[in-house]
Amino acid sequence: MTDARFEAVCAFDRLIPGRGVAALLADGAQVAVFRLADDSLHALSNRDPFMGANVMSRGLVGDRGGEPVVTSPLLKQAFALKTGECLDDPAASLEVYAVEVADGEVRVGAKVAVGAAA
Amino acid sequence: MSKRLVVIGDGMVGRRFLEAVTQRDPSWDVTVLCEEPRPAYDRVRLSAFFDGVSAEELSLASDLDGVTVRLGEAAVAVDRDAKVVRSASAEYPYDKLVFATGSYAFVPPMEGADLDGVFVYRTIEDLEAIKARAAGRRHGVVIGGGLLGLEAANALTLLGLETQIVEFAPWLMARQLDEAGGGVLKQHIEKLGIKVDCGTGGTAIEARDGRLHMTTNRDGLAFDTDLIVFAAGVRPRDQLARDCGIAVGERGGITTDLSCATSDPDVYAIGEVAAMEGVCYGLVAPGYSMAEVVADRLAGGEATFPGADLSTKLKLLGVDVAQFGAFDGPLATTYLDPANGTYAKLVLSDDAQTLLGGMLVGNAEPYPLLRASVGGKVPGNLADLLSSGEVEGTLPDAAQVCSCNAVTKGQIMGAISEGCCDVAEIKACTKAGTSCGSCVPMLKQLLAEGGVEVSKAVCEHFTQSRAELFDIVKVTGITTFSELIARHGTGAGCDLCKPTVASILASLGGGHILDGEQAALQDTNDHFLANMQRNGTYSVVPRIPGGEITPDKLIVIGEVAKEFDLYTKITGGQRIDMFGARVEDLPKIWRKLVDAGFESGHAYGKALRTVKSCVGTDWCRYGVQDSVKMAIDLELRYRGLRSPHKLKSAVSGCARECAEARGKDFGIIATEDGWNLYVGGNGGFTPRHADLLVSDVDSETLVRTIDRFLMFYVATADRLQRTSKWVEALEGGIDYLREVIVDDRLGICAELDAAMAEHVANYADEWKGVIDDPEKLQRFVSFVNSPETPDPSIEFETVRGQKFPAGTTARSHSGPVLLGTPERK
Repeated sequence: MTDARFEAVCAFDRLIPGRGVAALLADGAQVAVFRLADDSLHALSNRDPFMGANVMSRGLVGDRGGEPVVTSPLLKQAFALKTGECLDDPAASLEVYAVEVADGEVRVGAKVAVGAAA
Repeated sequence: MSKRLVVIGDGMVGRRFLEAVTQRDPSWDVTVLCEEPRPAYDRVRLSAFFDGVSAEELSLASDLDGVTVRLGEAAVAVDRDAKVVRSASAEYPYDKLVFATGSYAFVPPMEGADLDGVFVYRTIEDLEAIKARAAGRRHGVVIGGGLLGLEAANALTLLGLETQIVEFAPWLMARQLDEAGGGVLKQHIEKLGIKVDCGTGGTAIEARDGRLHMTTNRDGLAFDTDLIVFAAGVRPRDQLARDCGIAVGERGGITTDLSCATSDPDVYAIGEVAAMEGVCYGLVAPGYSMAEVVADRLAGGEATFPGADLSTKLKLLGVDVAQFGAFDGPLATTYLDPANGTYAKLVLSDDAQTLLGGMLVGNAEPYPLLRASVGGKVPGNLADLLSSGEVEGTLPDAAQVCSCNAVTKGQIMGAISEGCCDVAEIKACTKAGTSCGSCVPMLKQLLAEGGVEVSKAVCEHFTQSRAELFDIVKVTGITTFSELIARHGTGAGCDLCKPTVASILASLGGGHILDGEQAALQDTNDHFLANMQRNGTYSVVPRIPGGEITPDKLIVIGEVAKEFDLYTKITGGQRIDMFGARVEDLPKIWRKLVDAGFESGHAYGKALRTVKSCVGTDWCRYGVQDSVKMAIDLELRYRGLRSPHKLKSAVSGCARECAEARGKDFGIIATEDGWNLYVGGNGGFTPRHADLLVSDVDSETLVRTIDRFLMFYVATADRLQRTSKWVEALEGGIDYLREVIVDDRLGICAELDAAMAEHVANYADEWKGVIDDPEKLQRFVSFVNSPETPDPSIEFETVRGQKFPAGTTARSHSGPVLLGTPERK
């Protein structure tokens, strides 16, 4: 059941619906993990591509035209949680990571190719 | 040698002329002889002097290059052969001379008109003398029931006197209104407790036992009073021109042609002293036109007077009165509603197709549209226009919408099509609505006509405005965002509606802002109770009420900044900001600050920021009230109040205004007798001076008025609408605001008072609430799986002995003209 590529980061109950946390992966990557109101999870790179600061986990989540998004806390650009695409600037995007819950633990996996994530 | 221009008189028109001439042709060397001891001021708003507006605030003076103003130096003679103007002490040679001497108050020949206690109503000195005489007395008579007379009556009422108007004409405002209109106006004014006798003239005044006794032309009618004010019209001040042989009109005034030139081609006359083609204009707008004409001529142009729009709209003693276009004509249609005190009359061409003019009393709402339609088709249905004031229909492009600045509908529609999308932008772009403001409602209609929909919806998830959501939450008692969006919105929310709803819940007393579901709604700054900076670190601002701080507390801030290696800076709000705090250090920093007696400064929230103060009476030689104590009291009272946008305040201890209170959302300036409260000020992108709301109130009244102002703002403003825009957007502006929160016109003051009492009673420090709560503390970590590991990507460098985000030096060098100043967010 345990997949070596997945790293446990915290207990699922630690996450507040509608907010994110930051996790530091073993390879040094910083990942933002969001829990939505329906308890679904999304993991994306934590680095805001516009300002270069690792702050995406502290952005607000919501939807734009039905598409779940996180908004950068710095300059407020919206990024699609499913694909990492920036809805305000097609040139920018966040990397998307696989994420799952197992035994009450949130586990983050490998990067997912953009477009394949859903 | 430069060309010499002498201007006699420094009034509103003279000042407009100076601005125009220096702009068009700066090569003139200009000397202004000003008889009054102060430079030009806004005589149109003279009565505001009794409403607490100071002489300084009425001033129109500004430093103009090449202009020398000689205050208190009257011109006594003009020698046209030598081309010299003489004062008592000097001679001023001229190449061109401009008379802008204005008018004097007309006093009918009457025995006793020179007694002590008899005044005219023309200058600030007159008003100061009236004020001094009125102190401790109870009754005043105003002679004159026209525009000026009603202004004077208003002034006496404001001074607390029982007021009697005596008018020789058979009804009030006989030059603007017909008999029916004058009658309706009289009804309104008598309701205010002012007595009115028309068809009556004074015949003699005598002094009796320290008071005055005036007999009249009506048998047995006489008045015993404390003071008498003549406000029965003005006459042009043309004596100086007569003495030097310049032609004057039969009924006075310096005769000019349409270029404002007098019988001497090197001498011009502008404003009320000019009899242009025999007509003297007593309004400021035609005077401004003349000023522009002469400025153009002196710069080599060929401008001529474009004709005068004598339309007027005013609020006299709280009553709307307007007159536009022709006073009478072939066909007139009237509407009279004695119950509501409204009267309207439209003057039409004989085929009833063309609007020629009209008048409105009691309700002047249709005025902007009607005035702009003069000479064209009647806009809309006559019966609707007259009865309800509701008008539909559109104006031709040539119609002048703003008569003060001569802006047509076509120019405004052009500005809208080029992207102006609100009234403020139209004002900036076209100058329409920037003088008297009466066309502003019209500008709103034109925006709608131009297809600009001003949506108040908060975002795509809520069609409601913030004020509507506030009411929904208040009325339904909904306490969570999820319930509100499920019942009144759509989707999952976003970074616009979530913080807005969080703020509404907090304003309505929702406990700690990080409790339960509310935590998920807060913007990142509110979520971490600190301000995020460009590199993901935070700034920390403890509250320093009124800017007063002990040496021990200063040392604590220094020690904390040293221990956590924080950049420190004094803010504009008289407190100390510490930058560069890592998210995981915030609780440790605040533990030390809270233990030393500090609390959250809410620099991160849409909430009260600071109440600045000046030095205050305890130390300052000039202060008249204890501004520091008041600032501390106010800051402690309103700390933590969540609002549609941030709130800033200041208290100055005297009229020198060292705390810059008029640039604040609510600013307080001490007076000899108490406090003046100003609201709706702003610095920032669109600076605005605050408007006077109440004057000379005691501390208790001051606090109560601010309570209501803030709670009314919190309940009704849009998302991120500062008080300055909010006050401007209120229909009726500052006067309406005063009616609501001082006179309680809507009957909501008790509710506003209760809401503020609840806020004050339930205030608790947000940071103390976090450091005492292990569950909330859990969120202040760098990484959920490695809480104490600092984010390795955050780097600093040292600039001027302090730490800055890495890259600061590089950024400052790549910037345009940043002379050693690092670019800061």
